[in-house]
Order: sequence, then structure tokens, then C-alpha cells
Amino acid sequence: MASSTPVLNSFRNGPDENGHFGIFGGRFVAETLMPLILEVEKAYLTAKGDPDFWAEMEYYRKHYIGRPSALYFAPRLTEHFGGGKLYFKRDELNHTGAHKINNVMGQALLAKRMGKTKIIAETGAGQHGVATATACALFGMECEVFMGAEDVKRQKPNVDRMRLLGAKVVPVTSGSSTLKDAMNEALRYWVSKAETHFYIIGTAAGPHPYPAMVRDFQSIIGEEVRWQLEEAEGKLPDVLVACIGGGSNAIGLFHPFLDDESVEIFGVEAAGHGIDSGEHAASLTGGNPGVLHGNRTYLLQDDDGQITEAHSISAGLDYPGIGPEHSWLHESGRVKYVSATDTDALKAFALCSKLEGIIPALEPSHALAYVGSMIGDLAKDKIVVMNLCGRGDKDLDAVIPRLEEMGEL
Amino acid sequence: MAYTASRLDTSFAALKAENRAGLGIFITAGDPDPETSLAIMKALPGAGADMIEFGMPFSDPMADGPSVQASSQRSLKAGGSMVKTLAQLRAFREDDKTTPVVLMGYYNPIYIYGVERFLTDAIEAGADGLIVVDLPPEEDEELCLPAVKRGLPFVRLATPTTDDARLPTVLTNTSGFLYYVSIAGVTGTAEVPIDMVTAALARLRKHTDIPIGVGFGIKTKEQAAAVGTVADACIVGSAVVDAIRDSLDGSGKATGKTVGAVTALVSDLAAGVRNARS
Repeated sequence: MASSTPVLNSFRNGPDENGHFGIFGGRFVAETLMPLILEVEKAYLTAKGDPDFWAEMEYYRKHYIGRPSALYFAPRLTEHFGGGKLYFKRDELNHTGAHKINNVMGQALLAKRMGKTKIIAETGAGQHGVATATACALFGMECEVFMGAEDVKRQKPNVDRMRLLGAKVVPVTSGSSTLKDAMNEALRYWVSKAETHFYIIGTAAGPHPYPAMVRDFQSIIGEEVRWQLEEAEGKLPDVLVACIGGGSNAIGLFHPFLDDESVEIFGVEAAGHGIDSGEHAASLTGGNPGVLHGNRTYLLQDDDGQITEAHSISAGLDYPGIGPEHSWLHESGRVKYVSATDTDALKAFALCSKLEGIIPALEPSHALAYVGSMIGDLAKDKIVVMNLCGRGDKDLDAVIPRLEEMGEL
Repeated sequence: MAYTASRLDTSFAALKAENRAGLGIFITAGDPDPETSLAIMKALPGAGADMIEFGMPFSDPMADGPSVQASSQRSLKAGGSMVKTLAQLRAFREDDKTTPVVLMGYYNPIYIYGVERFLTDAIEAGADGLIVVDLPPEEDEELCLPAVKRGLPFVRLATPTTDDARLPTVLTNTSGFLYYVSIAGVTGTAEVPIDMVTAALARLRKHTDIPIGVGFGIKTKEQAAAVGTVADACIVGSAVVDAIRDSLDGSGKATGKTVGAVTALVSDLAAGVRNARS
């Protein structure tokens, strides 16, 4: 295999210098992109060790994003489930309504340091596109966002937000017209603009150094949870839960706790119509290792290595791959990966709205569905922290007719 | 099984003796269907192709423009797969023992087929080299080194963004020929910039004696002739698969015109290449 596994006295050492988490990760891109990717890596390593970079990040986190986000005890859901205590990490309260801005701010500041003024991004649900368009407006950068034509239709409010923010939304009609195809098209476009454009990848996937860089920018989520829960309860969480598409909100919550053995960690994939139906987006539960979009990771694919279409009601989870670090955490057994169906997520969406006055995005509704299936069995002093990584306003068009159909509304 | 045929070396030596560039023609295996694709492939050498770039279809060809994407999709829709790709090559080799065939594509279908199994079957089927777009030198241990160990040439891509500092990395472990990508972009979307290619090839030749093929953006006889004055081979892909596309009927099926449409284009390109240095 291409690399040696890092010494396993820690789950937090990865990746190695070539971007490998065990056999996963790497740099599987066309030669045209290699010089640029090496340049991004060099710039990131320099920035990572530069206190001025982090001071600038801290400024924007506090005054623009609105961090730290609240850690909120959810009393009525806790009572409803009747077991352990449920806390929400309120990353839906960030400026732009999701965790995506945490990463975008880091990459935009990096692009600025590299002297790049033209930005491209891919987006599924539109949250990453909106966050990128926002940062570009803030820093006066040109912004083009690639979005599957299917997603342009089902996430119209976010398309309009991006346009208002001055970004150009490029609908992608190749393949299944969703997130995977948007990423293909963004990579194709980047190849033709490699010398002038910076690609802000939205999830903890893609070629090295992206998975590590995105994780580092999102890890603020877990770092805050650690001190916030210490203040609130004087202890570590017992259970962490987050939804997984590419997995950036999840790795951001999980990574600071990977070496805390007492903390049980669950990643929730989208099971769509059910794993057995074949129509799902659960790469770890229903896929196997392969190479796509610059990294080796678990993928939904057929016996011939052709990538198959993912299915999820949530555009943000509708991706046939997953960040490479999750593949490694899956195989090492440190994190358990489970799944929730479209229907489970819709029920959780309605429940959270009614009981807590919080309309969650469809993505974290998957995490909540899993929480609902297990928290009732926990003792009352056990603490579950779930990342409520996005707000649900963008999903109403898709959700309302389904909830009416199900008799939930 | 080791590779011993060296058809690429023989072909480039013959081209040098004739003082002309070779013509490499790209088709995707199984496009638009297995039978027609084999008929096209068999007709290529007679029409003037000196080398065949044989595309292994993939669902997500990230370095390819709309023409080659569509070609891959047609193949997959008609049941294309790695097994069928290699079967088509084997069938081609029954009659043609001399034309070099370089397998070109993306890593995932090879990885899933299994690297060692792939190398064994590709060599046995009659492949003369590999071009795998998403395997840069940083990932050499995946496929390049195992291929080189078997003697099978691994043809690397150099691009306008490959500067002098990086070039030695790209040239290490490169064999057969070097494929110069004439534009920073995906296949078939821009026209080959002749002046820049001429300058780039002069720069590359300071670093290597290996033959250099040029592709991405060559569509016409005139462009082939212009590139043929400076390159050791001109490689044409998008124009070829577009000729296939344009010959299909309303439901996307091959017609009586399909093979002829390709050979007419290839003959024209071959004339361009052959007259380039006269």
C-alpha cells in the first residue's frame, strides 16, 4: 500500500506527509492541478504555524461568524426521549446558518494570503455555496459556485442568496446533476484556471491537504464543546453524534475527542429509502473503498468501479463518497457509523421544530433521528452532544409537502 | 507476466526514420457499442493511425470535456466495463500485432479490478502502455511502479503548469513517451496554442530524450500538421468521438456511416501529419 499507517497511540496524528489516513486520502488528481495543490499545502502549513493567521481567524470567528456557538441543553426533547441528557451544539446559529462558514473563512483567508482573488466552490444543499459567496463578498473576491441542476431546483432560496451576495451560480447538468457532478465540474474548471483561482472545497474530502485543512478549520466545533460542557456539567460528553455527507461538521465535532476513550462517537449517514433499497447515500454502510475526487475513500460504486448515484432527501448528504479520515476512523473502529432514512429524518425535523422551537436542517435531522433511537436507553446522567449543524429554512419547500403526506403536519 | 512487445519503441523509431510525427487516435472502448467500437478500432491503422489511445470508460472523467464524457457514457450505457475493454483489445490484437495501443483512463476502475490482475490481463490482451490521468507521481506506488516492474510503459502527462522544478519528478518513471497536454484545461474545450506548444516542447527536450506526444485541442488536419512539425506524435480524441456521435441515429445507435465517419476524419488528420515536415 502507498503509505504506512501512523503509530496508533493517537487517533489525531493523521494524515501523514502525503495526506494518507491509513490507506485512505492521498492526492489523486490530474498533473495540471498538482503544482497548485502543492502550493496550497505549503501555504497552509505556513499559515497553520503563524499566530497572525489564527488571530485573524479568531477576529472573524468572533465578530463575523458569531462564535462561540451556543451549547444548548434541549429539555423537552430530553424529556420526550426519556433517557440521557441531550445537548445541541448550535452551529446553525452561525452567520449564514450552518457550520460551513467555519471552513470557508479559513480557506478564504488562506486564498487572500496566497494573493488569489478568484474563488470557485461546489455546493450541494447550497450552504457551502452561500458561505463561500458570503466570504467573497466580505473580502471583495470573485466567486463562482458549481451546483447540480437538480439541487438548483430543490434549494432555490440558497441560489437566490448566492446571487444576492454577488456570486455566479453555475448549474451542472452532467451525470446525476447533484453534488458529485458539481464537484467534477468544479475540478474541470479549476484545471483550466489553476494559476489564478483558489478552490474552496466544502467538505473534508478532495485531495490532500483539503481533508486535513477542512478538519482543522471545523475542529473549533469540538474544541468549544469541550470547554462549554466542562462549564455546564463539569465533565466530558459520553456520546457525540453528527450527520455525515462528506463529513466536515462531524470531523469538526469528533476530532478533538478522538483520544478520549470514554467518549462514544457516532456518525450518521443518510439511508435514503433504506440501505436495502439501494437508494441511499451511506458510503460506509453500503459502499467500499475506491478513488474519486482526489482521494481514496469509501464510495458507492458498482463491481466495475463506476460511481453510482447517491440518494437522500437532504441535498447536503447526497454524495456517493465520504471524507477519507472517516473511512479510516470506520476501519479502525474508533467511530461507529450508522444511518437514518429520509422518513426518520423528516420525523425528527418535525419533532425538533415542535418541541424545541428550532427548525433544523434536513442534514442534522438525520443525526437527531439516530439520537432518538438510542438516547432513551441511556442512564439519566449520560450526556449526548449532537451537532445541530444547520438551520432548516432552506428545506421547507422540500419538507412541508412530505410532512403533510405523512400526517406530521 | 511481463511486457516484452515494445511496440511503442518500434513505432517511434520507424516514425523517426520516416522523419514524421505519428498520429495517435483516441476512442473509448465500447463506444457506441462493442461491435461498432471494435470495427472502428480495426479500421484505424488502415486509415492512418500510428497509435491508439484506448479509453477505459469511467462514470466520472474529471479531466475530460463534454465530448469524451459523452463517449464514456455511451459506452457504459451499452454495457461497457473493464472486462469488455480488455476483450476488445484482445480481439483487435488477433489481426494487428504492430499498432501500439495505450490504455487511457482513470484509476478507480483499475483499482476495483485489482492492480495485479489488471496488469496481467492488460499485458496479455496486448496493451503497450498506460495513461492514468488521476495518478500523479506522488501516487506512483499505486500502479506506476507495479507496471514498470512488469516492463509495461507508464506514460506520464506533462502540462503547461509543470514547471522546470517539477519536471524531473514527472519524468521519473515515465516510459514509452511523454504526453504533453497542450492546454491547462480539460479535453476538447480549447484549440491547441501552437506557439506555446513549440516553446514548451523545446523546454521539455532539455530535460528528456523520450518521444513527446501532444494532445488536448487538436481537431483539424491543419492543427495536426502544425503540431506534427514539432511533436513526435499528435493525439486526437474529442474530434474523433464527436465524429462517432454525429454519425449516430436519433436513438443513439450506430449507423452504416459510423465507421466511415471516423476513418474519413483519421485519413484527413493522417494527411496533415504526413505532410507536416515536407
